[in-house]
Amino acid sequence: MPVSKLVGAKVKRREDPSLIRGVGEYVDDVKLPGILHAAILRSPHAHAKINRIAVGAARQLAGVVAVYTGAELKNRIGTLPTTADNPTLRIPDHRALAVDKTCYVGEPVAAVVAEDRYTARDGVDLIEVDYEPLPAVTDPEKALTAASPVIHAQWPDNLAFRWQQERGNVAGAFKQADKIVKQRLVHQRLAPIAMETRGVLANYSDTQGLCVWTSTQIPHLVKGHLANLLKLPETRVRVIAPEVGGGFGSKLNVYAEEPLLAFLALELKRPVKWIEERRENIQATIHGRGQVGEVEAAVKKDGRVLALRYNVIADIGAYHQLFTPAIPPFTGLMLSGCYKIPAIGIAVRAAFTNKMSTDAYRGAGRPEATYVIERLMDRVARELKLDPVKVRQRNFPKPAEFPFKTATGLVYDSGNYELALSKALKLVGYDKLRAEQKRARGKGRYLGIGVSTYVEICAMGPGFWEYGKVDVKADGKVKVYSGASPHGQGQKTSFAQIVADQLGVDFDDVEVLHGDTGTVAKGMGTFGSRATAVGGIAIYHAAEEVKKKAQELAAQLLEAATEDVVFSDDKFIVKGVPRKGMTIQQIARQAAAANLASEISADSTFEPSNFTFPFGTHICVVEIEPETGQIEIKKYLAVDDCGKVINPLLADGQVQGGIAQGLGQALYEAVVYDDNGQLTTGSLMDYAVPRAADLPRFQLAHTETPTPVNPLGIKGIGEAGTIGSTPAVVSAVIDALAPLGVSHLDMPLTPQKIWRACQASTAAKKRVRK
Amino acid sequence: MATKKPITLSINGSEKSYEVEPRLLLVHLLRDVAGLTGTHIGCDTSICGACTVMLNGNAVKSCTVLAVQADGGEVLTIEGLARGVKLHPIQEAFWECHGLQCGFCTPGMILSAHQLLQRNPKPTETEIRHAIDGNLCRCTGYQHIVDAVQQAAKQMRPKTKSVRRKA
Ligand code: FES
Ligand code: FES
Repeated sequence: MPVSKLVGAKVKRREDPSLIRGVGEYVDDVKLPGILHAAILRSPHAHAKINRIAVGAARQLAGVVAVYTGAELKNRIGTLPTTADNPTLRIPDHRALAVDKTCYVGEPVAAVVAEDRYTARDGVDLIEVDYEPLPAVTDPEKALTAASPVIHAQWPDNLAFRWQQERGNVAGAFKQADKIVKQRLVHQRLAPIAMETRGVLANYSDTQGLCVWTSTQIPHLVKGHLANLLKLPETRVRVIAPEVGGGFGSKLNVYAEEPLLAFLALELKRPVKWIEERRENIQATIHGRGQVGEVEAAVKKDGRVLALRYNVIADIGAYHQLFTPAIPPFTGLMLSGCYKIPAIGIAVRAAFTNKMSTDAYRGAGRPEATYVIERLMDRVARELKLDPVKVRQRNFPKPAEFPFKTATGLVYDSGNYELALSKALKLVGYDKLRAEQKRARGKGRYLGIGVSTYVEICAMGPGFWEYGKVDVKADGKVKVYSGASPHGQGQKTSFAQIVADQLGVDFDDVEVLHGDTGTVAKGMGTFGSRATAVGGIAIYHAAEEVKKKAQELAAQLLEAATEDVVFSDDKFIVKGVPRKGMTIQQIARQAAAANLASEISADSTFEPSNFTFPFGTHICVVEIEPETGQIEIKKYLAVDDCGKVINPLLADGQVQGGIAQGLGQALYEAVVYDDNGQLTTGSLMDYAVPRAADLPRFQLAHTETPTPVNPLGIKGIGEAGTIGSTPAVVSAVIDALAPLGVSHLDMPLTPQKIWRACQASTAAKKRVRK
Repeated sequence: MATKKPITLSINGSEKSYEVEPRLLLVHLLRDVAGLTGTHIGCDTSICGACTVMLNGNAVKSCTVLAVQADGGEVLTIEGLARGVKLHPIQEAFWECHGLQCGFCTPGMILSAHQLLQRNPKPTETEIRHAIDGNLCRCTGYQHIVDAVQQAAKQMRPKTKSVRRKA
């Protein structure tokens, strides 16, 4: 482990000065001479045949340069990619523009290119499409019934894929159980709502090839796919993710507009830009969650869970996006939560519906799993009349049991769940709170306490590697290149912290570059809390390699044997002669002067041998006003353990933002389609993102259990807040309503829903009294 | 196309004249015509606040104002807030408190905070949360933003007596 000076310190971000001055460059800010603007006509129908598209009027509009329909592009752009390692997976042709049928509201149908944005939009308004509406299905459970409309004719059952596994003796455990506890749970669809919508700018020149600026989390992956979709050699494609205004998984994709804009630039030989409107963003950028399931647990009287069974239907929408098929199985794999459950059976069925695709949204699969297991633990506690905390403690694996193998087949690297929980209980004053709750209930007040203990899976690996390069220049400047393409997580700062510490150089001498396939040789991108835990490690290894090279150069310069040169106190010294030392920057300078090396540079690719599993406890305290259904969040406390922390300022920022999103799911957010497949939450007027006044001040604390799977002990923190918070908030609300006999409500827990529950219960009581 | 209208306005202290379509939004004038891309667009519905600028001393959502309506007016955008290399105290505080992540909401957020602190130099946490309620941030959970505004308020208030005594 390195001696730290900067690692672990609250270093202010170097990303910030340009962003707070308004001179940071996002896709829409990039200026190129002769730029054209594209606008997209989208289907107003959830399901319709396209009989004819009339584009004449649009083409004639002054300022319009070109109009394209799906039929014209069909053989010129490949079908959009998805991951395909499931033998049951059915992949419908997913085209950049729909050809003869549209399958969701917002599906791209035609594109107009014009000299300016307003004219492009005018052109869209002039296109006439003869649609023949077809019956639509939006409910994933209905979609799988025989009576449902069929979305893709080749698969009349609308089944997109299946995934199942069973480990341990599930049936036996259910026979031995003292009690069976069941719960049906709905994970509503969510819209990620990065504040910067998507945007693509493509430019082609015969000398430079294709260059695409896109608001993405994965520039290198997009580059490979674009080359493939447009049949260009990869060497002719460059993808740049400039500043990216948030992603949360929604920009971890290859979207129709990316090859479309690239095609337009190739065709028109001029730069073409498309910037997504918010309305388009809610229609045609991936959604998250969207699962309906029934969980069943076999439990002992003392609260021990012997086995779980989970049957879930995933609503995947009309097509697969890049990782769509990977998410529901992820839920299955994480179902054990932070508990030792000997037998687990899972069956996932994924349904095609007439909606936009679901895919990875912050936490992707884990929030769903955590919600299932945490709500279940509460149900168990309630039915057995035990404290929810006791039930959790009884099912935790002990610290000595790590690495811990779950019945779903994962190996949890390290953990101390009891410690995080007890710290949280102490900080929040749990016993006092329960006493206060009792008093409050006596006075007819509805106070609720929700505890969620979670484990999360991060730093995807094996199979997912990341690239890093460190280069000490002759002038002493250190350049760091990373394939992780962060978008707000601050790795220009945290990576510089790591490298400055490793090489013993000044933080300000280190520059971090990312997001451009033209400057970074390869990479995967930023998702699944992997940027630091995988990307940071690649850079750490590259720095170590650079040090080895420096040691050899130092030996030559100092006329010593290589093994006699050691790195001590930021200098390479000859053993026993500490006076004679050189910094790495001096070595680079002198090596260049002596013509030994023009720079000291090394790169590295890190592929973790296992995932990391951060964990923690979140506690939420609410009070409900039964007359209005209003919820007041009185307290919110999170104790997170993400192993080693590089920069606590950034880690806390990630947790706070994450909690806000998880709380958003619990209380406010839902993408709602009506039965005809119309999107009724199509703008920010009806899709409720939490605002400053909706949220309380979160109290944060940490425990630190480093992971053994990487040399820095980093686990990752980007999604923890979202995963831990949703069940904590829902549990608190249900706990508050317990005196009314409410044992479950589906999210989002809007005031109206709560008010109805309160009313129903009062009405029920009145009926009983009569 | 509709005939263009001449307008004159002051942007960040300098006088500018343009010929614009009457339907051109102020935000597009600023971004696409004047080239000041610090003002962002995050929605189509005047909800997100990313496009907030000061128009004649009031924070407005520039996606809801037509450029012709701003004729003769004074506009302050994020680019005009710092004095040369010296950041405005609110900008300084956002940096200090980690009040941003992706930075997309930040210019609008800073200008809303600017308006608040002009009107209320000593806001409570609740007042800050209400003042920035028209600005959405998806990254930060708002806590560090609130901290930044509090810190900026402290910085911007006239210095206390003890400091003056020292001088
Ligand atoms: S862009 Fe103006 S309020 Fe959202
Ligand atoms: S910092 Fe990303 S939206 Fe506020």
